Amino acid sequence: MRREIISKLSKQIKELSDQLEREIRIMHLCGTHEDTISKYNLRDLMPENIRLISGPGCPVCIIPDTDLQKIFHLIERKSIILTTFGDMARVPFEEKSLQYYSSRGFDVRVVYSVFDAIEIARKSDKPVVHFGIGFETTMPSTASAIIDGVSNFYVYSAHRYFLPAMDFLLSLGEIRIDGFINPGHVSTIVGSNAYIPLFKKYGIPQVIAGFEPEDVLLAIKIMLRALIKDELGVFNEYRRVVRPEGNLKAKEAMKEVFGVDDWEWRGFGTVPESGAPIKKKYEDQDALKFFEDVFEDFIPKEDRRKRACRCGEVLRGLIMPNECKLFMKACNPKSPVGPCMVSFEGTCNVWAKYGRY
Amino acid sequence: MCLAIPGRVESIDFPFAIVSFGGARKRIRIDLVEDVKIGEYVLAHAGLAIQKLSEEEVMEIEKLWEEMMEE
Repeated sequence: MRREIISKLSKQIKELSDQLEREIRIMHLCGTHEDTISKYNLRDLMPENIRLISGPGCPVCIIPDTDLQKIFHLIERKSIILTTFGDMARVPFEEKSLQYYSSRGFDVRVVYSVFDAIEIARKSDKPVVHFGIGFETTMPSTASAIIDGVSNFYVYSAHRYFLPAMDFLLSLGEIRIDGFINPGHVSTIVGSNAYIPLFKKYGIPQVIAGFEPEDVLLAIKIMLRALIKDELGVFNEYRRVVRPEGNLKAKEAMKEVFGVDDWEWRGFGTVPESGAPIKKKYEDQDALKFFEDVFEDFIPKEDRRKRACRCGEVLRGLIMPNECKLFMKACNPKSPVGPCMVSFEGTCNVWAKYGRY
Repeated sequence: MCLAIPGRVESIDFPFAIVSFGGARKRIRIDLVEDVKIGEYVLAHAGLAIQKLSEEEVMEIEKLWEEMMEE
């Protein structure tokens, strides 16, 4: 039955694409969408004039090396337990990664959730620092953990708000995008209404989509139909999960704990209002504040090994992984150079996994 | 990273619940979604329930797709 749905949708997309004579460039904004597209080979199902482009939807990938170096700087100088998610532990900087530190006897622990980190803190006398990464999907869990207020639990917030990056990407004007497939689980938190200002500013249609191949194909169909009828707007294919207002409680928790600042993204430079620092009210749990003295002599460096890495351009949708000369040569899943090859949501890693090159 | 999966609430020890994801049980925090009861479905991401789902939304996705295809 699912096969029938997919073949019917492909047919509908083909019919709609015939009515659009130009090339339609659709950018998705979530590594999990890239996974669905590559796993089910949806690019091959697309008519010739429909291009699916991968965007900056990988929280591990967009964290700049500065944050990683600061974390290394901290664990080298303080006796702490560092907790983080698995993907982040494998991102290299000058041949080192959190996994490397772990192998050298530093206490680095990969956790499934921030609540596991809290349990570790409750059972230990040592300070536990959680390297908090992720977009709006993940921020509410970190906010809840901070509100819980366990005394030896700290967060290094590398959380970033996603919508400002969409705005920034469009403001750069370096890529033509006819439509966005919006990230389903960021949208679960922020709600479909959150994208309306962005639509009004740039007039680019957006479809919030779920993560099954049927969801992505339906989103593409909705997009093409909107383009043909010239009835553009923010559409929601993922109505079974995403509400117009999002998750109000989660948004409240986020707002309670996190402020707004202009932060750097890998490949983007500084993205206005995209950073989520911990508010002063909760500074007792802000690792950057509590260990302030440690960072006084911190100077970020450049990883020369990454000079040829084009992860930044992959994140901006300018190139596909196979246009990077390191891809599957010097850079591969066993020995990644940049985070786009490390993270399970990185486009390079996804392409390598499904052999799409 | 932004992956979230639906699971069925088996028991509650507020603000946490034991949620079954096709048989695999995990401890999930549920206090950021409204009024979760045993037997209901939640969508969980990194240990946190981020949305409540109706049984129809979990079990009858194909029906929902077909409806949307006809729109």
